[in-house]
Amino acid sequence: MLKRFWSWFWFIVGATYFLVPLYATFDFSLRARRGELSFAAYANVLNDIKFVESFWFSFQTALATIVISALVIVPTAYWVQLRLPRLRPVIEFFTLLPFVVPAVVLVFSLARTYSRTPLTDSREGLWVLLVGSYVILSFPYMYRAVDTGLRAINIHDLTEAAQSLGAGWFTILAQVIFPNVYTALLSGAFITFAIVMGEFTIAALLAQPAFGPYMNRLASSRVYEPSALAIISFALTWAAIAAIQRIGQGAQARVAGPR
Amino acid sequence: MAFLELINIHKSFGASVAVENFNLAVERGEFVSFLGPSGCGKTTTLRMIAGFEKPTAGRIIIDGVDVTDTPPNRRNIGMVFQSYALFPNMTVADNIGFGLKIARRPASEIRARVEELLRIIHMSEFGRRYPYQLSGGQQQRVALARALAIQPKLLLLDEPLSALDAKIRASLRQEIREIQRQLGITTIYVTHDQEEAMALSDRIVVMSRGRIEQIGTPFEVYNFPATRFVASFVGTLNLIQATVVDAAIGLVTVEGQLVRVARPLTQHRSGDAISLAIRPELIALNGQVNGEVNRLSGTVEDVTFLGSIVRVRLGLASNKLHFDLFNNPQLRPPQPGSSITVQFAPEACLVLGEEAASAHPISASAAQAA
Repeated sequence: MLKRFWSWFWFIVGATYFLVPLYATFDFSLRARRGELSFAAYANVLNDIKFVESFWFSFQTALATIVISALVIVPTAYWVQLRLPRLRPVIEFFTLLPFVVPAVVLVFSLARTYSRTPLTDSREGLWVLLVGSYVILSFPYMYRAVDTGLRAINIHDLTEAAQSLGAGWFTILAQVIFPNVYTALLSGAFITFAIVMGEFTIAALLAQPAFGPYMNRLASSRVYEPSALAIISFALTWAAIAAIQRIGQGAQARVAGPR
Repeated sequence: MAFLELINIHKSFGASVAVENFNLAVERGEFVSFLGPSGCGKTTTLRMIAGFEKPTAGRIIIDGVDVTDTPPNRRNIGMVFQSYALFPNMTVADNIGFGLKIARRPASEIRARVEELLRIIHMSEFGRRYPYQLSGGQQQRVALARALAIQPKLLLLDEPLSALDAKIRASLRQEIREIQRQLGITTIYVTHDQEEAMALSDRIVVMSRGRIEQIGTPFEVYNFPATRFVASFVGTLNLIQATVVDAAIGLVTVEGQLVRVARPLTQHRSGDAISLAIRPELIALNGQVNGEVNRLSGTVEDVTFLGSIVRVRLGLASNKLHFDLFNNPQLRPPQPGSSITVQFAPEACLVLGEEAASAHPISASAAQAA
């Protein structure tokens, strides 16, 4: 009985710690009009063309990052597990680098390295540099998610089974490996999505009209709208997590293996 | 010319030799098993045939074509794995049709072939299920159907029944053999289970430490083991210590009791210690074997009821002798503690360490006599 009490006690403490600031932000975001609760701040945010533009820009950037990451990381993780298992610790070390190297160092290094190339001469070139930076930032999340997904299936036997049936490497990757790491890829993709949507430093230094710099500008010029934007971002994140769980349930059951 | 030829195959992983001097010719439609303990090189050899490993030296020829350097996806070889290796994201029908889809066969042909194979494996109503919805035995049948769908030149099975329980193993074993006979497909089967190898194979390749110990029919391998290893690995053997009394006439003594073997012990002299091997089923209770027999007396130490047979452990002074009796409810088996005498023909004695053991077989006649 006492154990049950303490379980609930710590649960309530934890929930309070997370929920009270959230509620406070939400409550504050509703007080844009004096003397009444309203969604005026939300309306202001959603009606702002710059919100839509920056959101759409970051959304496209996030999708490009996810696609490129998936195309680079799935074959890499697959090949490392299949043929180069000794390289795994080395790759895992690389996955830690984006945590160690500050974003500002990363972006200056990229800008300096590519300063005399078309990448820094045009808006499109800078966008490519931005996506490249985000691929590096998302590397730890995508690689580890995919690596874990690959470990859940017997890639050696699946590869050899497909080969014996006449499949080449592209077919194996497209029809056997990608569908079976779909859930893992999805979870890495949503983390990447969240990172790209909120990223500020790289986007600002490369002068890109992204969502992160927009939020920052809004926070310095408005009162209630930043809180509304925080709640909108929070809702989008939770919607993404719910989507992962929903889509992942069916796919995960299929790779669960023999009963 | 044989359908599959392995010529002087050698495989090393760094300094470690996995397979050496492996030569084998398999006829079209033949069922050959590679039998041996873990690490003997049987799976490595199979993987070289499949193309997953490249031989360090030697050639692999299938149907007259040298495929040593051909990648696995161009060899047209069906393979069944111990882990089933079904694609989890595909239904049973999609798994079976995968190879045909890769080969860009028309959809109607794929559908017809999948239905035919589902019928052959008795799983017609399972086409839309996913692998996780099937039992282990069902998954392995689907894996077999998938390997057969592409009409391969050769079927390779890598310990396909190891992960299944005994009852399913026995029934699936029968099913594999029937399907193989029905389709007449040349098959190589890897196993460490001697009973499985003997029940399925036209010929068995017994392997140890990367080398072939013996190639022969199950009858030959069991009754005429070519080496000490084969004699001890295939079937159950009694190994008893003996001392040579008269090498010229093949007379030895086992703890003071005289035993005659079927031929002179040309490599030994009087007083030498040797090991005799005798199969349990070639030993009988005294009075049950006609003709010239050896007799050994001892005390019954243990009696184990195994259903159709009763296995008795007879204690001599330091040697132990196991022998089998058919279960008969009307007759009481020997009781532990009782003194009994057993007998066996001189031909039943295999002298281990003697060269050319095949010249001194555990003979069929002795087996029948016992």
